[in-house]
Amino acid sequence: MTGRAAHFHINGEEYNIYIRNADTLLYVIRGKTGFTGAKPGCLNGDCGACTVIVNGWPVKSCLMLAVEAEGEEIITAEGLHGSEIQKAFVKYFAFQCGYCTPGYIMNCQTLITQYPEADRNKIKEWLDSNICRCTSYEEIEQALYSVLRQHR
Amino acid sequence: MIPFDFEYYKPSSISEAVELHRQLDEAGKKPVYYSGGTEIITLSRLNLFYTEAVIDIKGIPECCLCEKEGTRLHLGAGLPLAEIERADYFPLLTVTSKDIADNTARMKITLGGNVCSELIYREAILPFLLSDSQVVTAGASGEVSRPVNEFFNKEIVLEKGEFLVRFITEERFLRAPYFHTKRRKQWNTGYPLITVAALQEEGKTRTAYSGLSPFPFRSRIMEESLNRDNTPLRRKAEQAVNNIPHEIISDSEGSAEYRKFVLKNVLMDVMTRMGRRGPE
Repeated sequence: MTGRAAHFHINGEEYNIYIRNADTLLYVIRGKTGFTGAKPGCLNGDCGACTVIVNGWPVKSCLMLAVEAEGEEIITAEGLHGSEIQKAFVKYFAFQCGYCTPGYIMNCQTLITQYPEADRNKIKEWLDSNICRCTSYEEIEQALYSVLRQHR
Repeated sequence: MIPFDFEYYKPSSISEAVELHRQLDEAGKKPVYYSGGTEIITLSRLNLFYTEAVIDIKGIPECCLCEKEGTRLHLGAGLPLAEIERADYFPLLTVTSKDIADNTARMKITLGGNVCSELIYREAILPFLLSDSQVVTAGASGEVSRPVNEFFNKEIVLEKGEFLVRFITEERFLRAPYFHTKRRKQWNTGYPLITVAALQEEGKTRTAYSGLSPFPFRSRIMEESLNRDNTPLRRKAEQAVNNIPHEIISDSEGSAEYRKFVLKNVLMDVMTRMGRRGPE
């Protein structure tokens, strides 16, 4: 069989979806659940625009088969519901065109959760996973720092 | 989108995986073992890779081992690099891993996937080459343990249907002084111009390289040059560079001559950091 009926937990809800084994998680989330927060960018694991959270860690959803994520806890940008980091991105104007923003936010959200005491090296290491072609890097870093400061 | 279909299997034991591979191969489905899958996904999307069946090894407990047992460290082929970094049992492997791809990608890239990659870099093998690690593989003849340099000599040595299960490293190498550096043409993320990993064992510095030749390697001839007593630092580095035993790459990252120039300076850094400068 090259496809299957699969069960997914996305943003706290249950989905039964028929997938091809060859479908990426990005394709299934966007095409079959209506959550379009994860963006198709390079589709090659380079840009990070498609980042989602799987079991508490960031994953580039173009690099994961949907079948691998069956039964795992998946969160997309739509599942954050006005989190601190989302508000900080607005406050610090941490975007221009906005295409990379959900990927950055999911990456930042995980860093804040997993490493609230993250030092400068850790922050730099994590932010290197995403690319912003509008070069809002300074503002993105400011937004992340502002939230981390609140947690200390 | 991946432009072809394949079957997906996630066996829970080594024997089940090997038997699945045998059956699928007999059926002409060109089966492949699948670990992190990042390379399979990206190359398939570009029509540069094809299979009709993938066998995901991440459901096999031996492939997910990340533990010390007595004086030996076991690291499974199915472990994401990020998980190995978090465990931090083997500091040289941790720093080597942290320079591969980017942090989010390493949540998915696995140890086995990096080592068995089609790309020339495969930097995760370097710490194992330097620490005389053992490699456990599994295939039609069962599980086999052998020295890493018999498993990896310019290329991976695996029979049809055989797959990498785990690495075993002795504890004394985990605590040994080490150094790692990755020089890129530009930026902080991406493929290397040259990566050098070094480990000190019984007063001698061992070195292994990626990006210098079309495969990662450890060179004892170069180590002899570097560990020569009563030789000035610059001379040691020059002799080591003159003794590179393999073809040196010339590509868009840099010419062979440039790589040799950079390597000489990197080796001087390595020996200085290892406290083995030699006479001025």
